[in-house]
Amino acid sequence: MSTAVAEPEVKAPSEPMFSKKTLKLITDPFNDNNPITVQVLGICSALAITVQVKQAIVMGLSVMVVTAASNLILSLIRNYVPNRIRIIVQLVIVAALVILVDQTLKAFVYDVSKALSVFVGLIITNCIVMGRIEAFALANKPWPSFVDGIGNGAGYGAILVAVAVIRELFGSGKLLGFQVIPDAVYAAGYVNNGLMILPPMALITVGCIIWIQRSKNTKLIEKH
Amino acid sequence: MALDINSNKYTFGFSAVMVVVVAVLLAVASESLKPMQNANVKREKMQNILSSVGVKATAGEAEALYAELITGSVVIGHDGQVISEPKNEAFNIDVLAQYKDKAKQDGDKEFPLFICEKDGKTSYIIPMVGTGLWGPIWGYMAIASDGKTVEGVSFDHKSETPGLGAEINQGWFQAPFVGKTIFTDAGEFAPIKAVKGGAADDDMHGVDAISGGTITSNGLSAMIENTLKIYTTYLKGIQAPAVEELAPMAVDSLAVDSLAIDTVNVKVIQ
Repeated sequence: MSTAVAEPEVKAPSEPMFSKKTLKLITDPFNDNNPITVQVLGICSALAITVQVKQAIVMGLSVMVVTAASNLILSLIRNYVPNRIRIIVQLVIVAALVILVDQTLKAFVYDVSKALSVFVGLIITNCIVMGRIEAFALANKPWPSFVDGIGNGAGYGAILVAVAVIRELFGSGKLLGFQVIPDAVYAAGYVNNGLMILPPMALITVGCIIWIQRSKNTKLIEKH
Repeated sequence: MALDINSNKYTFGFSAVMVVVVAVLLAVASESLKPMQNANVKREKMQNILSSVGVKATAGEAEALYAELITGSVVIGHDGQVISEPKNEAFNIDVLAQYKDKAKQDGDKEFPLFICEKDGKTSYIIPMVGTGLWGPIWGYMAIASDGKTVEGVSFDHKSETPGLGAEINQGWFQAPFVGKTIFTDAGEFAPIKAVKGGAADDDMHGVDAISGGTITSNGLSAMIENTLKIYTTYLKGIQAPAVEELAPMAVDSLAVDSLAIDTVNVKVIQ
């Protein structure tokens, strides 16, 4: 993805909506600063709910909504939050948002909500959410904070979906619940890899993704 | 701004306002989404009832299939007799409360039973609730028109151990129930038990328990026994509509009667 889309010639008194800096907030979490593969946050939920693509998409969207909305809200009130109860305020707002997301899922996608079970509730403890609020939203204006939340949520969701595609394809021969591997292949002796359904394979898949990403993007490799 | 945002007063004020705002927001959201959530729960219950007779319905088609296949329902009192004018509709009865709610008088208890007509065969679906290792377990058992052969079961659980007790909602565990009977040839009540170490091949009243899931298996056996014994009178009525109640049942109802008398006596003394 190129960041050249930004238009520096726009003569606005304030920064343009999608300046180079703001766009970088969206593209960074996909590569240089991915919450899962680079910051290694939110691994627990990534292992648990990537058996099916549908669950991964819903989970990714839920996290995106929570990070974006909590970043936005906390950035809006950042100058009015008493410093001593800062963390409590963050927790209350994140928890409220997560409950809202959970209730909405229960009302509209009941089966997915059942499959995600406790993991929606555990978004509260997802380090990505609190991490972005502390590190970014409390020190930045609402719009960049919102974009940062979207970017990090999407970066998290992208890895989730990538892992889920691999696991659902090889674990059950389906994608989004539709049979992808034709019956003829099964007739020829192909068997679904049962190991793919189990959480350890998610860890190994994430590991492979990290490996591929680092071999392409050498500046991520730590020098010891 | 003269306002000191780090003063105690401001901190208390801020938290108070925040709590009220968040509480109101969540209350409004919860109330406005409740009807849709309840509809989902209702559809899931229909799916569970249908799956006990081997019909796998998606959430979308559950209501139509339920209306088509479940042709009737009966409500049974604690003494095993059919209640002709139940206080609640069978589907809406909170089965868990009938067994667990200590405040409920025996006379107020109502136990639902669903009648299914599928491919010209009638089966009687009995809802069950019980306790596993970590939390509640529940399910439905479909009894064939002979009043004693199991046609199918569906069990589920809230939080049993994955891979062990949680397996009760899997097909491999539920399939062996089909064809077992809940009465001996002599007509005695013999609920199906999950047998530790595996049930004998010719055991008509036992299935294999789950290794490593002993407490869940025992809880399941207890659930089946406790639930079915309430329905024995009704099921016997199906088996032999003309025959009088058998001796063991008479003893049972006597026991219940004397219990009832005891509670009356206690009240009089009080």
